[in-house]
Amino acid sequence: MDISAFVLFWAAIFTGNILLTYFLGMCSYLSVSREIESAFGLGVAVFFVLVVTTALNWVVYHYILVPFGIVYLQYIVFIIVIAAFVQFLELLIERYTPALYYSLGIFLPLITVNCAILGVSLFMIIRNYNFIQSIAFGAGSGIGWLLAILMLAGIRRKLKEKMVPAGLRGAGISLIITGIMALGFIGFSGIVQIQ
Amino acid sequence: MLIRILQDIALMGGIGVILALILVLAQRWLSNYGEVTININGKRDLTVTGGETLLTSLGDKQIFIPSACGGRGTCGACKCQILDGGGPILPTEKPLLTKQEMGDNVRLACQVKVKSDIKIQIPDEIFNIRRFHSVIEEILDYTYDIKGVTFKLSEGQTIDFKAGQYVQLETKPYGKVKQKVMRAYSISSKPEIKDRIQLIVRLVPEGICTTWVHNQLKVGDEVDFTGPYGDFYLRDTDADIIFVAGGSGSAPIKSMLEHLREVGTKRKMTYFFGARTVKDLYLEEEMRDFEEYFDDFEYVPVLSHADETDNWQGKTGFVMPYFKEAIRDPKNTEAYLCGSPGMIAAVTKSLINDYGIAEEKIYYDSFG
Repeated sequence: MDISAFVLFWAAIFTGNILLTYFLGMCSYLSVSREIESAFGLGVAVFFVLVVTTALNWVVYHYILVPFGIVYLQYIVFIIVIAAFVQFLELLIERYTPALYYSLGIFLPLITVNCAILGVSLFMIIRNYNFIQSIAFGAGSGIGWLLAILMLAGIRRKLKEKMVPAGLRGAGISLIITGIMALGFIGFSGIVQIQ
Repeated sequence: MLIRILQDIALMGGIGVILALILVLAQRWLSNYGEVTININGKRDLTVTGGETLLTSLGDKQIFIPSACGGRGTCGACKCQILDGGGPILPTEKPLLTKQEMGDNVRLACQVKVKSDIKIQIPDEIFNIRRFHSVIEEILDYTYDIKGVTFKLSEGQTIDFKAGQYVQLETKPYGKVKQKVMRAYSISSKPEIKDRIQLIVRLVPEGICTTWVHNQLKVGDEVDFTGPYGDFYLRDTDADIIFVAGGSGSAPIKSMLEHLREVGTKRKMTYFFGARTVKDLYLEEEMRDFEEYFDDFEYVPVLSHADETDNWQGKTGFVMPYFKEAIRDPKNTEAYLCGSPGMIAAVTKSLINDYGIAEEKIYYDSFG
């Protein structure tokens, strides 16, 4: 695919936001968006894991799966690469930054099964990105996800003092807000198309 | 074809093995903190393997810091001062620490991991805390939901405690409860008896430990506990005393009264026992004996939900309105309270605001 990494990065944030356009990574997005602080923590963790696992999976795919003809095993391989990396990261930050471990560490297990992470790895294969493009796409998707969860957390903080109909409180109103945000993001889609 | 299948499986397995290997090595390398030293009160040095929580590390060395929740970070009983090497205060500790405690480097021993040499300050009494092995000698039914259980310590062991302190029972797994839990109970026997203790346990619906005590334990069963813990104990002064207890809260009061009978006292004492109905009253006979024995002791049971059928002649409602006669001089009166947090809060408030008793003269042991 002939598209510059720079454009891809911005496109992944705005026109093809992993959450607001593809609705991937919804579960932790809904459950951890009650407070801005923890939403930011999770968002940063997702960003970091996305960038690194996209790079790792690109290497694994092009240097192991393709040459040995086991591309059909990509799902399971991607999943264990992501899981192993998250586990490794958990060990690493527990050792060196205990404070970060306790603010961010609790989110790491959530990330292992965050569909946005696996989704990005699969998109990069389907769309045939090269290594640089993949990293840009991973980074952009991560920032896009962070942006989306921060926006929802901000709105939900305002909502706490507002009268929300009882039946819509919690996940209901969050989904409606997410839908409206997604509509807003369609406005960006004229700028560049990456699909 | 077969070779192709085997080759794919080998590749897949290979990827798994490599990732697992990386993780195993990382675990070895990252989670290995080597041997570290815990310095206690500037006196004792303990060498432990790093990586465990402070609570566990000290427990392995037979130093038992109180912990009611068993290290889950919910009770705040394991607070101790860490002078050096504790790292930053963790978000899991913040809800249980006051601003002043944070300033004094007070931390939760169950949350702090010992990763480097560490200096801590703990009260000397904690060195007195031991682990005891015991056999159940007697189980008395005090009321329909309160039992008095006597534990005989194994041969050669003795326990030194102050009247009012508590121990932590360790349950064994039973039925659907797969883990052992630790729960705190006040000692109801007098400190003069050193080779056995009695605890008073009220059955709490769904309570792990109380259900275990009530439905599983039999005479002859072996039980482990640690103790003694707590700063709720009888102060050795001449002040008048108001005891207030509810439910199984009479345990430490019983211990204090028995202790006072041993040592002899001329103090004016009044014991208000709050219960719901006549069915919930117990130890009545013992209290009447105390009234006869002491020069100036009165036992006042107060029922909050007395039935018509109970034919109750005594006092009813809350205990607070009846304190008036018991307090001669608010400046020379101590209060010992043991019961539910709600009762303690209400009684403390009333003692301070309505009767003018100084807050520091009110000692309490609150249970959930």
